Amino acid sequence: MLGESVIHDRLGLDPLGNIGVKTGGATGGSTIWEAFKAVASGYSDCTLAMGWERMDEVPTDEGNHLIACAADKDWETPLGHIYTGYYAVMAQKYWQVFGKSEDSFRETMAKIAVKNRGYARMNPHAHGAMDITVEDVLNSPVVAHPLRALDCCLMSVGAAGVILADEKTAYELTDNPLLLYSSAGSHTLRVADRRDMEIPLLPNETADQYKDLGKRFLGGDRYPGFTGFLAARMAAYYGYRMAGITDPTEDLDLVELHDAFTISDIQTYEDIGIRPYGEGRTYVESGDCYHTNPHTGKPGKLPANLSGGLIGNMHAVGATGIMQVVEVAQHLWGRWAEMHGDQKKWDAFDRKKPSDWTDLQVKGAKRGLAISHAGVGSQVTATILIHPDHQLERRF
Amino acid sequence: MADLKDRGTVKVVDGRFQFKGKFHYIYPNTPIRDENGALKGVTNPRDMTYIHMYGGEASFFNSLKDGKLLGTRCENPKCEHTGTIHVPFKIHCPDCLKRNTIVDITKIAKKSATVHTFMVTERTGAFNTLEKPIRFINIEFEGVSTILMSYLPVGEPKIGMRVLPIFQTKNPTFTILDLAWVPVGTAESKLPEGFTFS
Repeated sequence: MLGESVIHDRLGLDPLGNIGVKTGGATGGSTIWEAFKAVASGYSDCTLAMGWERMDEVPTDEGNHLIACAADKDWETPLGHIYTGYYAVMAQKYWQVFGKSEDSFRETMAKIAVKNRGYARMNPHAHGAMDITVEDVLNSPVVAHPLRALDCCLMSVGAAGVILADEKTAYELTDNPLLLYSSAGSHTLRVADRRDMEIPLLPNETADQYKDLGKRFLGGDRYPGFTGFLAARMAAYYGYRMAGITDPTEDLDLVELHDAFTISDIQTYEDIGIRPYGEGRTYVESGDCYHTNPHTGKPGKLPANLSGGLIGNMHAVGATGIMQVVEVAQHLWGRWAEMHGDQKKWDAFDRKKPSDWTDLQVKGAKRGLAISHAGVGSQVTATILIHPDHQLERRF
Repeated sequence: MADLKDRGTVKVVDGRFQFKGKFHYIYPNTPIRDENGALKGVTNPRDMTYIHMYGGEASFFNSLKDGKLLGTRCENPKCEHTGTIHVPFKIHCPDCLKRNTIVDITKIAKKSATVHTFMVTERTGAFNTLEKPIRFINIEFEGVSTILMSYLPVGEPKIGMRVLPIFQTKNPTFTILDLAWVPVGTAESKLPEGFTFS
């Protein structure tokens, strides 16, 4: 119940106040949100946001049961005690409506797994590094049809931390602090309860563009239904206004998304306005989501999950949302190669550095976003990092 | 193994819990060692009986054994969304916060239940009691604002497929597992043991 007190004491932080944060998969992002509010309110001039998890202390089937307890324990958990199933029903609906039941859409999902596990090969911290093909993903064991083993994230052991401070304190601590905005959204615990509603629009969208969504994609007119996450949309809605973002693809240089499953990664592209609803697949198919666009050989327009994400790097639940922010920060500092390429790091984590190790630094990165996501989209946070020399005009 | 005869049971009398029997059993820890015999930790066996209350939703779980599917409806004429029906239950209207009315939607379900989406899995988490493969179905009903998650023990699901509710009336568990669905046209003889159409 008070595990945070133990860590707090061990880190020499007594007798300062501390608070344990528990929002399932979004715990890391929510922890940063709490630290952000503590500093922004003026209560604290410097706050540590730290998260950790050991997911190896139970057998996998018990781990699946415990994760399934993040669903409604009366109405949902007894149905198989397997969380992947709750995402599989979304994958089925999305594939049939927006993927039009095409094999090519299934392959696009698989490409996300290939990409993220491939980037994880360059990350000495990663738990799920693999050099695989689309066929490997499509032939991996079925977990919950249509999701296969390689579509799913890892269950990890890990920890991550960031320090948030006010401007004066930040410049006392470092010559190179980053500006941070944090926002959050929520929606019902059960997907079942998500009533049909109008799509809240992001700054780069217009009301007209969704008028014919149900005609272009038969059955796609129920929002958010089983295909969108209102919580992610609202986290982006608030976060973009705080930071002055009018078009995420233009204004951001990289993103770290909560790729718990390949399908939820695609859903999130739409929720946060990287692509319009119904067209998430084009973010992958265009090559925009890669460090280097595989079609053009040029830098990807908005690289996603260069850390390897939850599928390739790690998902140690309490740490994940913080790990994502650390990874984004290292790009904005121009220190990605230093933090991921140093042989000592590979030795420390008992990993063999691949002979084709590649520097994934996003050159000139100025702004980045991390999405932390809980449940079936019940709670989502958006953390936006901006280099202070590259702030955007805030128009809202 | 614990003697199940002694396992704890609970009654509510005058609004208070009355406990009877044993609610936890103590087992010894065992050491966790590495391949060289060095101590790394200990196992912590736990056998506890949790008490879990349904609150205002109890009538839903009790009615399944009687072959009834209940929902709730907002009947506040001043509510912007008056008349909205919720299955799963919402005790209070999320729009006006007035107490909803419990309504029997068994007929609506029999007439209009349709598969909105589905999945099939051979893998389950610990404590699963359903037979594998499990087929989740998410069901939409005419005039109901929500989409209920349940399972299909007979047949293969498809989006848009019409289904009928079946109820574990003979040996109820008083959980959501007392409700399941079968394709329209399924014979009563094909239903899982203990289940009936009404």
